[in-house]
Amino acid sequence: MEKRAVYAGVSTPALLLIPQLAIIVIFFYLPAGQAVWQSFQLQDAFGLSTIFVGFENYRDLFTRPEYLHALGVTVVFSALVAFFSLSIALLLAVMANKQIAGAGVYKTLLIWPYAVAPAIAGVLWLFLFQPSMGMVARWLQWAGIDWNPLLDGTHAMILVVLASTWKQISYNFLFFLAGLQSIPHSLIEASAIDGAKPMRRFWTIVFPLLSPTTFYLIVVNVVYVFFDTFGIIDAVTHGGPASATTTLVFKVYNDGRSGGDLGSSAAQSVILMIIVIALTAIQFRYIERKVNY
Amino acid sequence: MTFRSVFAAAALLAGTSHAALAQTEIQWWHAMTGANNDVVNKLADDFNKSQSEYKVVASYKGSYADTLNAGIAAFRAGNAPHILQVFEVGTASMMGAGKAIKPVAELMAEAGEKFDPKSYLPAVAGYYSTAKGELLSFPFNSSSTVMWYNKDAFKKVGLDPNAPPKTWPDLFEAAKKLQAAGYANCGFATAWITWVNIEQFAVWHNTPLATKGNGIDGFDTELTINKPLFVKHLQNLVDLQKTKTFDYSGRTNQGEGRFTSGECPVMITSSGFYGNVKANAKFDWANAPMPYYPDVPGAPQNSTLGGASLWVMGGKPAAEYKGVAKFFTFLSDTDRQAALHTVSGYLPITTAAYEKVKASGFYKDNPYLETPLKELTNKPPTENSRGLRLGNLVQIRDVWAEEIEDALAGKKTAQAALDSAVQRGNQMLRQFERTVQK
Repeated sequence: MEKRAVYAGVSTPALLLIPQLAIIVIFFYLPAGQAVWQSFQLQDAFGLSTIFVGFENYRDLFTRPEYLHALGVTVVFSALVAFFSLSIALLLAVMANKQIAGAGVYKTLLIWPYAVAPAIAGVLWLFLFQPSMGMVARWLQWAGIDWNPLLDGTHAMILVVLASTWKQISYNFLFFLAGLQSIPHSLIEASAIDGAKPMRRFWTIVFPLLSPTTFYLIVVNVVYVFFDTFGIIDAVTHGGPASATTTLVFKVYNDGRSGGDLGSSAAQSVILMIIVIALTAIQFRYIERKVNY
Repeated sequence: MTFRSVFAAAALLAGTSHAALAQTEIQWWHAMTGANNDVVNKLADDFNKSQSEYKVVASYKGSYADTLNAGIAAFRAGNAPHILQVFEVGTASMMGAGKAIKPVAELMAEAGEKFDPKSYLPAVAGYYSTAKGELLSFPFNSSSTVMWYNKDAFKKVGLDPNAPPKTWPDLFEAAKKLQAAGYANCGFATAWITWVNIEQFAVWHNTPLATKGNGIDGFDTELTINKPLFVKHLQNLVDLQKTKTFDYSGRTNQGEGRFTSGECPVMITSSGFYGNVKANAKFDWANAPMPYYPDVPGAPQNSTLGGASLWVMGGKPAAEYKGVAKFFTFLSDTDRQAALHTVSGYLPITTAAYEKVKASGFYKDNPYLETPLKELTNKPPTENSRGLRLGNLVQIRDVWAEEIEDALAGKKTAQAALDSAVQRGNQMLRQFERTVQK
């Protein structure tokens, strides 16, 4: 029997809900509504003149190659970051979960990067890979690689993927580690007694039992890549060279804030919101079924 | 902390700010860092000490773009500062801002302050004036584009360190020699890729970069940067990039350190680079005017301004505007301008201040500070060289840079890149035209 706390009447529960609802309304529904409204307008930067233009901002986006290009960049970027940050974090978590001396130190060190602000993470990597003064960049040049993220789009993409992945590994590591620790040891021991080798034990027992964590992390990582990597991109490449690292969220910022084109920026953020809602819905609706809880 | 104590603290704060209202406060938002920040604070301080009626409060608001955005956001929220420092790229946006701004000429006239636009250097006043010659913003920190070069490197390869290359072809040859002598990664470079290679480039060659007098005579301006001269220059850079005789160094001044570190022996960038070079370059250096193509008739013309000006925001009471006007009169004082120039390296903005510093013999020991002035005043400005005024220029510059990067990376031809830069830039100009205050 489920334990339930029952309040008399509606006023007390309503009162208790109000703060939470107020926060959601003020910080989510109002700004989101405002974005939708602004996406139908064309405004000067100072907000002095406003023209209602219907769907023109949206039509402009889809008739210009730049927006579709940014969409493609975002897909490549998010796939790379999600794949690498999840797989590296899982590897590290499996290692750290073993009975080893100083595990606590490793764990703390691995979690630390999460405390670093995205822009600072970006600058750290920029220092390493900056063609003129970066340490790693110099090694690459010695190795005969013409490393130049200022002009080579692929190099720039590698750089932002590295920084974004590095930043996210800690978070994924933490969840994987918690997931691993909740797997009953008896199961693993039983299969070991049955003669299963570590690799086989991992893929047939540990990995499936981790799937709720993995699934959750995929959702969170995609949202991270879509929204939170903006600081890194702004600091490292500013979307360049050309527009090789201009993702959707960076374009929202750049068009709106630097360009003062709030209408187009709002339209782009509405589209971004729809994409993320759709992705999350698809993931929960279809992938969740295959997840073992 | 309880709510009550928060309110108490807020009430206390409100109380203290009211107590200070005996003086009229003038808010001044700016983007100056380091030594320049000190200059701004000292100016405000000196003004405040010189009289008791007004108090100028200077606040740092981040980079130029951040400061402009902060000012715009504050205006939308109804609490704009009185004075906003806006970089030259934001000039057209401010000019198109209608009642959000108060023209400086009008402000001075209403406040009854003596004000003669002719006392400013023509290249300076022209940049911040309407087509009719009405000064809209107050010129503050001005710079121009110059070529910085490493004299030691020149000596090393047998180039005359006192006769730097005057033309682009000469520079290309010199850069090849420098490269062969050990500057393998970079013969020469430019910072601010679009400012140097499109904006200043066009003005210096007396060639329009947009119709309607580079946008000054109307918002219905269209870009012309896909004309042969621009294509030729970009093609030269593309060819030289392949061997790193020219090496691309980013859209802003992020690459300037390649000069002071000794990696690039020639760097074309702002004259405001002076302080950095002086402090960090461990070699003998000098600067010279920007190169030009000798086959272009009229080149070199004059250069145009970089840096920033002070805009007065609209909708403030007359009493406060009077304080702003008094502050501007204070700033224009010849001795103050002369001192500002020699101490900070900013250009003097009035003719009188320039003449005064010149007469004092200051430039004999510091010729580097005069190079940008000589460029600005090289010839009387023409329709093509008095400046440029393009709305959404911050964003348009990004588009130009994107296209130039594509060309330098070999993904597009120079012509295709500039065609695309024109087409995309024009879309932004049309949008600005639609929303601008007329």
